[in-house]
Amino acid sequence: MAEHAPDLEAQLAPLIPALRRYARALLRDRTAADDLVHDCLERAIGRWSQRRGDARTWVLAILHNLAMNQLRRSTRRGRHVELADADAGDPALARPATQQDRLQHEELLRALAQLPEDQRSVLLLVGVEDLSYADAARVLAVPIGTVMSRLSRARERLHRLLADDAAALPVALRSVP
Amino acid sequence: MTRPITESELQAYVDDALDAPRRAEVADYLDRHRDIAQRIAGYTRQRATLRAALAPIADEPIPPQLDLAQLVAARRPPWPWRWAVAAIVLVGVSGAGGWLLRDRLAPAAPASSGIAALAQEASDSYRVYAPERAHPVELRDPAELARWISERIAHPVSIPDLTQAGYRFMGGRVVATTHGPAGLLMYDDDHGTRVVLLIRPMAVERDTAMALHTSGALRGYSWAARGIGYSVVAVAAPETLHPLADEVRRQIAAG
Repeated sequence: MAEHAPDLEAQLAPLIPALRRYARALLRDRTAADDLVHDCLERAIGRWSQRRGDARTWVLAILHNLAMNQLRRSTRRGRHVELADADAGDPALARPATQQDRLQHEELLRALAQLPEDQRSVLLLVGVEDLSYADAARVLAVPIGTVMSRLSRARERLHRLLADDAAALPVALRSVP
Repeated sequence: MTRPITESELQAYVDDALDAPRRAEVADYLDRHRDIAQRIAGYTRQRATLRAALAPIADEPIPPQLDLAQLVAARRPPWPWRWAVAAIVLVGVSGAGGWLLRDRLAPAAPASSGIAALAQEASDSYRVYAPERAHPVELRDPAELARWISERIAHPVSIPDLTQAGYRFMGGRVVATTHGPAGLLMYDDDHGTRVVLLIRPMAVERDTAMALHTSGALRGYSWAARGIGYSVVAVAAPETLHPLADEVRRQIAAG
């Protein structure tokens, strides 16, 4: 086990920023997300010798499964919506240059939180973590066709949510391209 | 005639996942279908905004609880287990020198050299010779033993006198270690407690602070000075053994 450590650290360490980003985008809570990444890393270290294929896909799959278990538990306790809204103003999720950008980012992340989990995760894995469709299919344990249809539905739904938001905003705050 | 454009290919256009010829065909298609082009452009903006909104998370410093090296270290088997399997000697440590020593040994490879190896060899020798009833030592004459050991380890050795501390010199022998011959000196007290001092040249860690090590019921203090390593081992409490080791070190330094 221990003799794998240099290889393990060299491959896992560069993935931690992306793992934290994916976990926080799913859970919308910094502490809960980092706790999840911690569990994920412990599992990855423990099962390092059993990994197959690309390390990034493999470890993202571990994280994804942990996140889904956690979200299911939260949903059962009726805390899902609270979690999603709890720190919409988290400074770490909104540190862009301008107030305009900040509002736009918050708005998008609020809309993202309203997507079903299966759509949200595919949007994040493909659009943010740059996984290929095949790798995203491996992480989610679904066929590529399912990845494509979820991606299409996720983008359309996010678009509609944002359009509704924009329509609901007072005219003075509506952004002008 | 080009193949019809699928919804999946429109998504792949957003993700820039098409090969160049097909990408050109999709771009051409979008030029001719403004309503679809508008939808796809919206998706592309949405994708860029999402990346920008989440990018700061990946730029944050990694919190200490996610330090990979520490997580790996924490998963290593506890010391007593490693001991049995990897034959690593050094367990307990004392003082700043001890911590440095421990850090140096922390990598998983068995401690096969340096002061830890010496400590291991001293413990091994103790286990072989200290329980011996008939022949615990080979030579009892201090002068003769000192000559023998000095010759074999190519370094002048004198026999420390521990009578002030309540330990009589019993004698000693030359013993084999994986790092060549070593001198073994044995002492005992009125209760029959035997103490072993192992002496041999050091190829690495030629000068170290004194460090406590534990091997089962055995305790030992090991150190190196001017290229010679010393390890004092006994089944005794550290409080008993430490002053003895200090006295040995003092006499050797005094020459």
